[in-house]
Amino acid sequence: MHGSQTDQETQIVLRGFNFYYGKYHALRNINLDIYKRKVTAFIGPSGCGKSTLLRTMNRMYDLYPEQRAEGELLLGGTNILDRGMDINSLRARVGMVFQKPTPFPMSIFDNIAFGVKLHERLTRVQMEERVEWSLRKAALWTEVSDKLHQSGMSLSGGQQQRLCIARGIAVKPEVLLLDEPTSALDPISTMRIEELVSELKDEFTIVIVTHNMQQAARISDYTAYMYLGELIEYGHTDDIFIKPKDKRTEDYITGRFG
Amino acid sequence: MTRFFALATLLLLVGILVSLVDGAMPALEKFGSAFLWTGDWNPPAERFGALIPIYGTLATSLVALVIAVPVSFGIALFLTELAPPWLRRPLGIAIELLAGIPSIVYGMWGLLVFAPIFAEYVQPALASSLGQVPVLGALFQGAPMGIGILSAGVILAVMTIPFIASVMRDVFEVTPAMLKESAYGLGATTWEVVWNIVLPYTKVGVVGGIMLGLGRALGETMAVTFLIGNMNFFNGFSLFLPGNSIASALANEFAEAESPIYTASLIELGLILFFITLVVLTLSKLLLLKLSGREGLKT
Repeated sequence: MHGSQTDQETQIVLRGFNFYYGKYHALRNINLDIYKRKVTAFIGPSGCGKSTLLRTMNRMYDLYPEQRAEGELLLGGTNILDRGMDINSLRARVGMVFQKPTPFPMSIFDNIAFGVKLHERLTRVQMEERVEWSLRKAALWTEVSDKLHQSGMSLSGGQQQRLCIARGIAVKPEVLLLDEPTSALDPISTMRIEELVSELKDEFTIVIVTHNMQQAARISDYTAYMYLGELIEYGHTDDIFIKPKDKRTEDYITGRFG
Repeated sequence: MTRFFALATLLLLVGILVSLVDGAMPALEKFGSAFLWTGDWNPPAERFGALIPIYGTLATSLVALVIAVPVSFGIALFLTELAPPWLRRPLGIAIELLAGIPSIVYGMWGLLVFAPIFAEYVQPALASSLGQVPVLGALFQGAPMGIGILSAGVILAVMTIPFIASVMRDVFEVTPAMLKESAYGLGATTWEVVWNIVLPYTKVGVVGGIMLGLGRALGETMAVTFLIGNMNFFNGFSLFLPGNSIASALANEFAEAESPIYTASLIELGLILFFITLVVLTLSKLLLLKLSGREGLKT
């Protein structure tokens, strides 16, 4: 079921993974390998658990006491579900961008410096370099370099989302989780983000949840199709879209439902 | 018809203002602006200056805010981020109920229960700790009597906490979950999220809540009367010393004001208080309007 057709290095490995919202069994026995410096897309109809799965990878669900996970979720060989896991340093290794842009109520510069300061002590010059580095990576530098001290909320929606990506990569994570990052953006901003994802995969492992199948086909190397809390099919994106093995995957990607 | 009622409210406000000015006219004419900065309040000699009660009003309110704001912030933080969900509602309601206790009850409790305990344990401890600090120490000198500016301020803090804490909790709750998750997602702790993200995001509402509390503290009468000591002399800046506040002076002295200039002076005190609270409440209204405008919410 999981991509066995490759000798790629794995970044995240799930084995016998289950997830519960209270008594509701939301994810059932997920086994999945996510490869280093590749883009992996989770697709599936609403409520299939793709966002839920994404949110376990930085233990975001920890904020909500009624949610819990079981099984193995290995990041670089350690099970991040272990009780002793340092959540704050885990989140420095696994960054996240959300459905809507969420600039912090502070300047563009401080939006990026905020996360860096949580984990590193940098001099002023080093911090300026880091801010510029991450804004360049996020293809935002030329647009904001002359207004770094304006509020992050003054930017357009697409710029705000790229600011959030810059903020995420400024911490230099290994993995970047994108939870439907273009669902609130116009087509041009969406295109920019998609180009950005393709560039960023040289340095980061990217996992993206999307409700847009064309987007998954365009930007991902691997695709996982989920349905009703189960991982139905997983493999190279081309294989999933051209010759799916499972009838349910085929029905979904050919638009018969979803 | 509705317009009539709306206008009637405005007329009432103007009417009160006009009658206050009219009643205070003898004092306004006799003392002029010196009334504001003269500390002499001598009814037998018919010399009146408002400085002592103005100082007492502002000092007790300031003490109240210094205590109430951090405590309320802690309460709001606990209720929105830390408390288990089953505890949030009952605890929130309990804090709101504190606001429903009549101020006379606070006053009696303050005088009979709080003041003796305060004099025996808290004031000596303050004098021997903070009282030794240079400059700041001047605020904590003198005999521990249990009543005075500090005690009145502490009771005012207890009375304003429910207002400030519940406004803070409400605005903290409107902070989008996704914004908080973004900060948690970078590896921030609860404290870092609330201090660096939630508080700046809600700052206008938080300031509005503090202003509401301040408005209450400035005008509070009964509880302060019981605890402030009602002393019209200025003996120093120590917070242990008794003093007087505008509202307290009015409550205590109206019955014994016989000469017209005495009455007029008291009415002018009322006028000053009216202006102080009006300024505070107007500021808070403006800030709250700005908040709802910025977030597209109607409160």
